[in-house]
Amino acid sequence: MREFKGLDFYEMDGLFSEEEVMVRDTVRSFVTEKLLPLLPECWEKGTFPKTLIRDIGEMGLMGANLTGYGCAGMNNVAYGLAMQELERGDSGVRSFCSVQGALVMYPIHTFGNEEQKQRYLPRLAEAEIIGCFGLTEPDFGSNPGGMKTRAVRKGNRWILNGTKMWITNGSSADVAVVWAKVDDVVHGFLVERGMKGFRAQEVRGKLSLRVSDTSELILEDCEVPEENHLPGTDGIKSAFMCLNAARYGIAWGAIGAAMACYDEALSYARNRVQFTKPIAGYQLVQAKLVQMLTEITKAQLLCLQLGRLKDQGKASHVQVSMAKRNNVWEALKIARMARDILGGNGIINEYQSMRHMCNLETVYTYEGTHDIHTLIIGEHITGLPAYY
Amino acid sequence: MILAVCIKRVPDTNARPQVAPDGKSINPQGIEWVINPYDEFAIEEALRLKEKAGTGEVVGVSVDPDGNESILRKALAMGVDRGILVKGGSMFDGAVTAELLAGVLKNVKADLILFGKQAVDSDSYQVPSLVAHHLGLPRANVVTKLEIQGTKAVCRRQIEGNEELLELSTPCIVSCQKGLNEPRYPSLKGIMAAKKKPLEVLEAPPIEARIEILKMEPPPPRPPGRIVGKGREAVPELVRLLREEAKVI
Ligand SMILES: Cc1cc2nc3c(=O)[nH]c(=O)nc-3n(C[C@H](O)[C@H](O)[C@H](O)COP(=O)(O)OP(=O)(O)OC[C@H]3O[C@@H](n4cnc5c(N)ncnc54)[C@H](O)[C@@H]3O)c2cc1C
Repeated sequence: MREFKGLDFYEMDGLFSEEEVMVRDTVRSFVTEKLLPLLPECWEKGTFPKTLIRDIGEMGLMGANLTGYGCAGMNNVAYGLAMQELERGDSGVRSFCSVQGALVMYPIHTFGNEEQKQRYLPRLAEAEIIGCFGLTEPDFGSNPGGMKTRAVRKGNRWILNGTKMWITNGSSADVAVVWAKVDDVVHGFLVERGMKGFRAQEVRGKLSLRVSDTSELILEDCEVPEENHLPGTDGIKSAFMCLNAARYGIAWGAIGAAMACYDEALSYARNRVQFTKPIAGYQLVQAKLVQMLTEITKAQLLCLQLGRLKDQGKASHVQVSMAKRNNVWEALKIARMARDILGGNGIINEYQSMRHMCNLETVYTYEGTHDIHTLIIGEHITGLPAYY
Repeated sequence: MILAVCIKRVPDTNARPQVAPDGKSINPQGIEWVINPYDEFAIEEALRLKEKAGTGEVVGVSVDPDGNESILRKALAMGVDRGILVKGGSMFDGAVTAELLAGVLKNVKADLILFGKQAVDSDSYQVPSLVAHHLGLPRANVVTKLEIQGTKAVCRRQIEGNEELLELSTPCIVSCQKGLNEPRYPSLKGIMAAKKKPLEVLEAPPIEARIEILKMEPPPPRPPGRIVGKGREAVPELVRLLREEAKVI
């Protein structure tokens, strides 16, 4: 694999600590040496590179910004850089880690009782067990608060009924954080594989995030013991807190995908000769490369400051929305431009840009669509909600 | 069990070093430094031996003219317990490096001292043997399998068409070859822990350099290739040239 040097046009390396750089470079080597060689085949077959799960756990990439219970306890900038590097490989692999860390470990860490934390977190941190997060339903995507899934107490058990759709890691998960309404208030439950009335079914025919497992979760009179109810959850805002944690990582991840595309397009354009010279020597191609570099640099600066704010406990969810919205959209445009620069080769799996482009279509939609983030920021600046 | 690992900082193997304007050194600008790749096998082996024993200490030792701590920090992140950095010596004078290392290792009192079989920058293969000489210890070079049995180190090494089995009594020196193990990535927890681990910096005593670099030159540019023809018809001519001119077949 060709070495990847990253992109540092604004000398941001000087703004990172030694540990932050070491985290980034470690994950970068891992992606170059271990992940990239597997990706074309995984993509084609639509399978996750399962052989790497152990490495991912051993490196401590799961829930790396959480503390205690076997988590690495990194700051948010180091965590963000790790997500960036993973997504330089593939959005599906970054999603795997985002879901486990921000959507499964984070809610257990935040809303769980001590016994639940001890029971799940160390094994999730080591990737010994896999988790998923079930919020979206077939009829409730952008509006998860309208969910139909219900939980009813029966003695010391809960009976869950409903269907969750588009659930990352759904079929491979040992434990699912499932959101369901108790009367009118949304609560979180830890539903384990094998519990009565619970099954998962993989979504077929995906043209995006192909290396990731995306599934439907079906709960039919599913029996969940009281000790698997997340006691700290209190309404849909608890689920939104998880999404906010994941969106932060996605904003960094998008930079990684964009850098991979820029790097590929630049090296291709330097070598590909048409008419009289390498295509990188033509103004139109340069304009594209310059736009890519500029947007990546802006996205990097946005994320770094967001990460520093988050470490000081000052990052607002609106700021996270802006970073997710901007960075994913720009990454998607960059992937399309890179695909374009690669010409016919751009549609072949041997190159990465189109894979990233297809992946980013999902990233653009999940965790709050681009337009939903527009509405979140719009409401913030005008004081007027425009969702309904 | 105390395990010492000697680690050298070398330019990234993908780097294209340029000769500096003085014509005697390498321009450090734009070079990324890494742990000498063969030393990573040594680090990994030491960590595995300690993990297997369930006790022990792994000490990383590095001689570095600039006193650069970065690669020892990375070794600490991989799991090495403490580091000793000797500021001084030179990147190219293995004899000086060996003397400095021996001076430090004397006090570490390791049961096993591990090296990479060679440093990929100077490529002189001499430091492990010189240190063995200074300390009066047995050594095995270019080892691909290592096992500790009580006070014995059982080493396997590839030799011309065969394998050699050596038994050394500890303390001893082993230099590591690719194939010995697969070095781990530092874990994120390891990276966090590394900054709290002890890293002692020692000033090197003056040692007279016995090697002076007079001049460095980039290798001559490769002559351009030649196209002898196209398709099947070109094969006989190509074979003739390979045999008669290039003399490779
Ligand atoms: C591969 C993949 C993995 C996923 N993983 C998970 C997971 O692990 N867990 C989970 O819970 N969910 C997951 N999702 C679901 C994802 O979060 C939803 O797809 C997303 O929230 C959008 O919901 P929807 O698909 O129902 O689209 P809709 O909500 O129907 O949106 C369709 C379009 O309508 C627009 N729209 C909706 N409402 C408004 C409005 N008020 N004003 C203007 N425009 C509007 C949207 O912006 C979008 O353009 C995943 C999705 C995918 C594709």
